[in-house]
Amino acid sequence: MNPLQTLRVAIRALLRNKMRSFLTTLGIIIGVSAVIAMVAIGEGAKAQVEAQFASMGSNLLIVLPGSTTSGGMRGGFGSMPTLTWDDLRAIRTEVPTVKYAAAQLSSVAQLASEDQNWSTRVYGTTPEYFSIRDWPTAVGSPMSDSDAEGGTKVVFLGQTVVDNLFGANANPVGQVVRVKNVPFEVKGVLAEKGQSSWGQDYDDVAFIPLKAFQTKIQGGLQQFISGQIYVGAISEPATARAQKQVTALLRDRHHIGPGQDDDFSIRNLTELANAQEASLNTITNLLAAVAAVALLVGGIGIMNIMLVSVTERTREIGVRMAVGAKPRNILAQFLVEALTLATAGGFLGIVLGLTGGRVLAARLHWPMLMRADIIVISVVFSALVGVIFGLYPARKASLLDPIEALRFE
Amino acid sequence: MSTTPPLLALEEVTKVYHMGDVDVHALRGVSLEIMEGESVAIMGASGSGKSTLMNIIGCLDRPTTGRYLLAGEEVSMLDRNELAEKRNRTLGFVFQNFNLLSRTSAIENVELPLLYAGAHTRERHERARVALTRVGLGDRIHHHPNQMSGGQQQRVAIARALVANPKVILADEPTGNLDSVTSVEVMAIFQQLRDSGITVVLVTHEPDIARYAARVVVMKDGKVQSDKRQEPLRAEAAPSDAAVGGEA
Repeated sequence: MNPLQTLRVAIRALLRNKMRSFLTTLGIIIGVSAVIAMVAIGEGAKAQVEAQFASMGSNLLIVLPGSTTSGGMRGGFGSMPTLTWDDLRAIRTEVPTVKYAAAQLSSVAQLASEDQNWSTRVYGTTPEYFSIRDWPTAVGSPMSDSDAEGGTKVVFLGQTVVDNLFGANANPVGQVVRVKNVPFEVKGVLAEKGQSSWGQDYDDVAFIPLKAFQTKIQGGLQQFISGQIYVGAISEPATARAQKQVTALLRDRHHIGPGQDDDFSIRNLTELANAQEASLNTITNLLAAVAAVALLVGGIGIMNIMLVSVTERTREIGVRMAVGAKPRNILAQFLVEALTLATAGGFLGIVLGLTGGRVLAARLHWPMLMRADIIVISVVFSALVGVIFGLYPARKASLLDPIEALRFE
Repeated sequence: MSTTPPLLALEEVTKVYHMGDVDVHALRGVSLEIMEGESVAIMGASGSGKSTLMNIIGCLDRPTTGRYLLAGEEVSMLDRNELAEKRNRTLGFVFQNFNLLSRTSAIENVELPLLYAGAHTRERHERARVALTRVGLGDRIHHHPNQMSGGQQQRVAIARALVANPKVILADEPTGNLDSVTSVEVMAIFQQLRDSGITVVLVTHEPDIARYAARVVVMKDGKVQSDKRQEPLRAEAAPSDAAVGGEA
């Protein structure tokens, strides 16, 4: 008997009990679809986190000035300016793992166009900043070094600010925006970045060249940086090393002895991203494990029904043996039946898992990412479940004595 | 008597079943020779060993001691796979309760032995159709067992037994579940098969049925009590089944 004939006999036997076959398969369908949907949603969440951190900038370190301590009251980070422009220059020139470093001075200001006004965060920075944050200009031209150093009164707007000051789809390049009543010419509009994972709108922002920011918007404290330093490491694996080197450099420059606290702090976004990704991985694995248990239960369901089927069809097995079926023909038949149930369940489960996952993701606005390898693994795994749980009943059938089997009532 | 060797030859065959602590001697030394083309009825009360003898002849079971030669080949030492092959190629079975697969059409039931013989789908189908025509069911090949009378079901079973061109057809109480008219019709088919050269061995406890065989072997207490030849009664085929017979 060739495999195709065995398959045909098995399918015919399964179709003889359509309802039962379907219910048996249901266990596998639910198991596989659960695995598929869970992994898809988990992977989607992971991809979203990755994208969000990527939109912050790649290989990014943020250096924050330290806290004040006066009479036992300690302020938060950034409450006292401890970072100097010399620090920034030192980071840029003395740390080999650092590719870019840029100051980000910030202020909240009222912006006004001819007929609208809008309150937003205004940042003063240098062109390097946009390389660190991987943030191109969509319309107009990007900030140049001469803008930064010459104190040119130009402004670069985020899309949200453009929408609010000029209306959607407007091209504001060349128009004048008043920042704290000082007129600035719009030179560029930044590409849309969307939202951060904590809901902050990255596009609700305006950038002004550093020099102009210092003279027109902020004023004072010229020696210290009243903001943050954004540092771009040369590569992702070098980010942690860059963090260590910058820490050592700043401790040295600020004359901080061993055992004393830093008067600054460094946030490593790659690390944050990795930590969040790791926790998402744990959740995904946990969900997949629960789903795999469902698949296992489905396999037990198949074994159960196959055992019932062998008992019920003892006489049929006897007849088949009497007319010349060898033990291995019987083994193959029942094994293929179990395998067919499991594999059919696997395929239906994939369809259900994909559509179910998509519907769920759309309803709850969850991201979803389907991985092809998970589909292949699920099919192989469900087939494996069929073989493992089908083997015992099939073997039991093949070992029946034909005389006993024929006499079975 | 011809000099050709017998088709079936049992030499001092015994069979002992172990039922817990008790040994049951089902056969106590049976020697029997059946020539090709014979029709033999094996009779005996229940417990006489006739079913055990049938199982051994049918390669469903192996003797405890003694030799059994089927078509000149020693089969008492074959393993399960080899016995399955003998059953498939050389033997055909007909049972008292028909033993057709339910929810399976007549033609698929008849195709079953060919499936295990490895025949192709088209060949299987054609040969099964021929076999069904031969037992007078050419117009009912797609009927299911539950749509047929007992006599028709038994004829499907006979078609299944003869589809692989066996040398011997073994029938265990083939008329046990049939009324007397249908029984005669079934016996007519067996006689026609015998006329076409197939050896027929049937087990029965009904003397009426045994009269249609040319030789009657009576078993008692695991031994052959008597072995007689007789002029068989001719069974009349039902008028509607006039097509029975034909090509071998």
